[in-house]
Amino acid sequence: MSLAKIQSIPYGKEVIKIKNISLAFGGVKALTDVSFEVKKGEVFAIIGPNGAGKSSMLNVINGFYKPTSGQINFAGEDRKEMIPEFAAKSGIARTFQNIALFKGMSTLDNLMTGRLLKQKQNFLMQALYFGPVQKEEAYHRDKVERVIDFLDLQAIRRTPVGSLPYGLQKRVELGRALAMEPEILLLDEPMAGMNVEEKQDMSRFVLTANDEFKTTIVLIEHDMSVVMDISDRIVVLDYGKKIGEGKPSEILKNKAVIDAYLGVAD
Amino acid sequence: MIYKETGQFKSTYESDHSIFPLIQDKIAFNILMLVAFLVVPFFIDSYWEKAILIPFLIYSMAAIGLNILTGYCGQVSLGTGGFMAVGAFATYKIMTFFPELNIMIIVLLSGVITAFVGILFGLPSLRIKGFYLAVATLASQFFIIWLFNKVPWFYNYSDTGQITVSERTMFGVAVTGANAPPYATYLFCLILVVVLGFAAKNMIRSKIGRSWMAIRDMDIAAEIIGVPPLKTKLSAFAISSFYIGIAGSLYFAVYLGALEVTESFDIMAISFPVLFMIIIGGLGSMLGSFLGAAFIVLLPIFLKNVMVDLIGLSAVTAKHFEITIWGLLMVVFLILEPHGLARLWSIAKEKLRKWPFPY
Ligand SMILES: Nc1ncnc2c1ncn2[C@@H]1O[C@H](COP(=O)(O)OP(=O)(O)O)[C@@H](O)[C@H]1O
Ligand SMILES: [Mg+2]
Repeated sequence: MSLAKIQSIPYGKEVIKIKNISLAFGGVKALTDVSFEVKKGEVFAIIGPNGAGKSSMLNVINGFYKPTSGQINFAGEDRKEMIPEFAAKSGIARTFQNIALFKGMSTLDNLMTGRLLKQKQNFLMQALYFGPVQKEEAYHRDKVERVIDFLDLQAIRRTPVGSLPYGLQKRVELGRALAMEPEILLLDEPMAGMNVEEKQDMSRFVLTANDEFKTTIVLIEHDMSVVMDISDRIVVLDYGKKIGEGKPSEILKNKAVIDAYLGVAD
Repeated sequence: MIYKETGQFKSTYESDHSIFPLIQDKIAFNILMLVAFLVVPFFIDSYWEKAILIPFLIYSMAAIGLNILTGYCGQVSLGTGGFMAVGAFATYKIMTFFPELNIMIIVLLSGVITAFVGILFGLPSLRIKGFYLAVATLASQFFIIWLFNKVPWFYNYSDTGQITVSERTMFGVAVTGANAPPYATYLFCLILVVVLGFAAKNMIRSKIGRSWMAIRDMDIAAEIIGVPPLKTKLSAFAISSFYIGIAGSLYFAVYLGALEVTESFDIMAISFPVLFMIIIGGLGSMLGSFLGAAFIVLLPIFLKNVMVDLIGLSAVTAKHFEITIWGLLMVVFLILEPHGLARLWSIAKEKLRKWPFPY
């Protein structure tokens, strides 16, 4: 089981190695020959202008897109592509740039879906809903309640998430990912469209998840001050190509990066 | 302040997750059950049986089934009539082959057979969605009805093409056939609806129900948290069809006694009315399934009383009115209150909760 393999990798060693990944949609080259490594336990940021291929990269990592060429080395094994269900079972969770919550369900139920893979009772037992099922439900409910406390979601436990304001929806989506107790958390612009205070909250949640639960974080973010603040290492994409990689201080000095991105965007 | 909930704190997650978290709801439900099981059987006559209670229970069963598929899992189906026909013919054939088998087992087996047929016809849902899926289920409806008409084996080569139930007993009392007393047919249906209703509610509040709703609300995200779309959709088709098959079985064996497939299970006779029930009652609501069924049974009776007996219109005109009213209600609910009567009820409860101090 690859979840066990990931857990056995020591902190600071590579968990994901992206090797010469290219991805094309018809004529559009979303990614061209991109390589980088994510180390266990770090906060790893992917930055770059709009359309640079950042979201596509996350989609490749959790198997939603199949790369045209290249390999993904995951937990020590080379793969041509990932498969979403396998990625989920291996402890990869993610959030989306355009929130992908279950809008008709309450916050609580959304977070409970994050536990689905860990629930083992079959549907006949669920239909009867006695002993073991009740116990299992209560066990996972307890786990979810911890996430609710951590993210301060108590007041909206029973609210259908479709009716929540944007910032809270982003937070619930993070909650659903955290409820999976992931080894690796992929966050696609978790702070987009937030005000300064909300961004600070979100940064704190991300850092705490990284600190306390030792979750490896791969983060896409546009706000440079946030990125420089919270990430250990950064890779920079532009037009689907990697144009820089390194610690925040190194990125700030990188000529190609400044020309392509930092100078223009912010 | 009738629905006062302050002070009702839950100390365990088990009790917080019970079917009736509010004590008032629990009491009301228990009273309803006491009346249904201990009072109604003593007073039920054949009018209440045939015109109100049995159709209400059978439609509730079908509505629960369709609500699982459409309301909870988001897969629109117009094949309800076809699946009910499968349940009815399964019952007929099992009765023929196993004359000694207990009627309760026959009914449940019919549900299981319909579940398998449901899986078969659910396969297209892996590729197509929404409107196109609705059309595909409509095709399966036509195919099933055609099949039961075309292959004489299904109706035991009878000249009329009709199927007719034979008498079956439970504890020495007939529950099918012409001699079944109203209280027996009623209790038989009631027990099935109550037990299977609870089973449905239990599934909805646990893992499988959350998987259905996840697929309904956002299948991409569901897949990424590890919900297998294929298995989940097919499980909804199977379990939904199980309920609908049982409804069909009861419709044939307990309610009509004899039927002809086209007339009884046509889309206008079953598929659309059951879809109306869950839309008006409430998509994705157990309570809504019952409210919708009650509504569809009571509206014609109400209209007949008012328009024919009171105002003196002809029965035909009253029927036209009924159809028009249905159409109007559908449009109104779809636009104004997509969550149906169940939502109106919970709003009313919210008001009662605060009354007489609205702030
Ligand atoms: N599913 C898709 N089909 C076609 N083109 C796509 C698809 N996803 C992404 N692209 C294209 O790939 C490029 C990179 O997109 P994306 O990864 O979303 O960039 P970013 O997240 O960096 O803004 C864009 O040109 C985009 O139009
Ligand atoms: Mg993006």
